[in-house]
Amino acid sequence: MIPVLADLTVGSVVAEASFSLTRDSLVRYAGASGDFNPIHYRDDVARSVGLSGVLAHGMLTMGLAVQPVVDWAGDPARVIDYQVRFTRPVFVDATVGAVVMVVAKVGALEPDAGIVRIDLTVTFNGATVLGKAQARVNLA
Amino acid sequence: MSVNPELQGRVFPPVAPYLVGREKVREFSRAVFATNPINHDPQAARAAGHADVVAPPTFAVVVQEATLAQLLAEPDGGIDFTRVVHGDQRFSYTRPIVAGDELTATLAVTSIKTLGAHAMVTAESTIVDAAGAHVVTATSTLVVRGDE
Repeated sequence: MIPVLADLTVGSVVAEASFSLTRDSLVRYAGASGDFNPIHYRDDVARSVGLSGVLAHGMLTMGLAVQPVVDWAGDPARVIDYQVRFTRPVFVDATVGAVVMVVAKVGALEPDAGIVRIDLTVTFNGATVLGKAQARVNLA
Repeated sequence: MSVNPELQGRVFPPVAPYLVGREKVREFSRAVFATNPINHDPQAARAAGHADVVAPPTFAVVVQEATLAQLLAEPDGGIDFTRVVHGDQRFSYTRPIVAGDELTATLAVTSIKTLGAHAMVTAESTIVDAAGAHVVTATSTLVVRGDE
């Protein structure tokens, strides 16, 4: 079922999800994306550039954060615009991993175009890791 | 070396065409926790009106990557790869990417701003299909840290 624009109100939550990341997730994303920067799989390299340890690819966090919106909209093609600002790293511990939480709310409605802007709050350890995370979704 | 302000407005030659494979779309989908059947199953994709499986919204980064490599390799660019942090990212679609697409990306540097010792480089990769029609524009802002 495709959500109906007229039923939406600004501020209402349309989707929530949490994602458990492990080092395996980072290796999998490195292979799939071609981003083999070693700060995403080697603690020694991460520490040598002043980080406390291996962190998730920002593009992995961006990529998974929109998935609850895709499932709500019913089709990945409905996401016509998606932007984020990378504000904090997601450190992925070798043994316990990391949990990224996503809450998706209606940010704005463009009724004439049949488009809704969904604003994402993406957090790790209680702090937001993405800023201005917005997906425009075509419900027409 | 610091970022060359003359990079602003520079347009790079198109990179070699990228052929979107069905298994690559599935592999990328698994990597970003995309479980929608339209990302994985050609029949589900066709039932939704698409020619083949649809790539997740951030898949365009795979096509964009070769253009950013051009920028970092530019001899007079002054961008030190080891000092680059990804600041912002945006994808603006005219139509979704589907398996079978042959995509060509062209990079333009749209803005260079300095903020103290740091430089913010905004690079826009325009991605078109085999017919030359616009598919998606991928925009990255890179923060290049200066000497402290």
